[in-house]
Amino acid sequence: MTYVIAFGRFWYDFIVGDSIALAIGGAGALALGSVLVHADAVTLAEWLLPTTVIATLVISLRRA
Amino acid sequence: MSHEIALVVVAVFLASVVEAVEALTIVLAVALTNGWRTALLGTALASLALALVVLALGPALVRVIPIEGLQVLIGVLLLVFGLQWLRKAIMRSAGVKAKHDEAAIFEEEVALLSAAAATPSRDDIDWTGFVVSFKGVFLEGLEVAFIVLTFAANRENALGWSALGAVLAFALVAMVGVVVHKPLTRVPENTIKFTVGLMLVAFGTFWGGEGIGVEWSFGDWTILMLVGLYTSVAWLLVTYLKRGVASMPALTAEATS
Repeated sequence: MTYVIAFGRFWYDFIVGDSIALAIGGAGALALGSVLVHADAVTLAEWLLPTTVIATLVISLRRA
Repeated sequence: MSHEIALVVVAVFLASVVEAVEALTIVLAVALTNGWRTALLGTALASLALALVVLALGPALVRVIPIEGLQVLIGVLLLVFGLQWLRKAIMRSAGVKAKHDEAAIFEEEVALLSAAAATPSRDDIDWTGFVVSFKGVFLEGLEVAFIVLTFAANRENALGWSALGAVLAFALVAMVGVVVHKPLTRVPENTIKFTVGLMLVAFGTFWGGEGIGVEWSFGDWTILMLVGLYTSVAWLLVTYLKRGVASMPALTAEATS
C-alpha cells in the first residue's frame, strides 16, 4: 500500500508539480474550449483558449 | 522538414539540454566521489530504462488512443509541463525565486555522497553512488522522455525527429562535460527554460485546440504567433514582478544570495 501511495505521489508531483492552478487551468482551458466548439462557437474558442492559458499563468503567479 | 517539425526538434533539443546539464552535475558528483564506473553504470542503465519507456509507450499511445483524444491529452500535458517551466522561469527572471546553481548542487551532492561512502574505493561499484547516478539521470530524463513522446505522438514519423533533438542535446552536454570535467555553470539554464516553457505552452495550446476541434485561422503559423503572444505576456509579468521584488529589500537579498 505504501508503494502504491508513493507511486501515486511521484506521478502527482511529476505532472501537477508545485502549482495545482496550472494543472486545473491547463485542463480547464481545453474543457472550456471544447464546450464552445460543441456550441458552434469555434472562433470564440480560438480566442478564448490562449486567453485562458494566460489567465492561468497570471493566477498561479499571484499565488506565488 | 516543415517549420513545425523544426520547432519540435528545437524545443526538444533545448529542453533536453537543460535536463542533461542537471543530470551531468549529479553524474559528475558521483564520478568524482565514488568513481567513474559507478557513475557510468548508473547513467547507462538509466538511459536504457528511458529508451525502453519511450519505445514502449510511444507506439502504444498512438495505437490505443484515437488521434483526437491523443491530441487533447498531449495538449493538456504540454500545457501543464510548459506552464510549470514558464512560471518558474518568470519567477527566477524576476528574482522571486533563486536561480538554479549547478556549482552549489554539485558541492551538496559531493558532501552527501562522501558522508554516505562507507568504504571509499575507486575500483568497485559503490551502490549508493549508483542509485544516485541512476535516479539523477532517470528523473531528469523522464521529463524529456514525456516531451519527446508528446511531440512524437501528435505527428506521423515525428518520433525520430523528436528523439533526435534529445539525443543530440544529451550527446553535446556529455561531450562538453567530459572536456571541462566540472558542472556546466555557464549554461544560461533559465533563459533556455524560459524559451522551452514558451514553446511547450504554444504547442500545447495549438495541438490541444486542434484536438477539441478548433480550426486555427492562420494554420501552422498560429504556433509562432502564440509564441510571440506568450513571450510578450511573460515579459510583462517579469517586469511587474520585478517592481514588487524591488520594493521588498529582504526578498531581493535572499533571491540574489
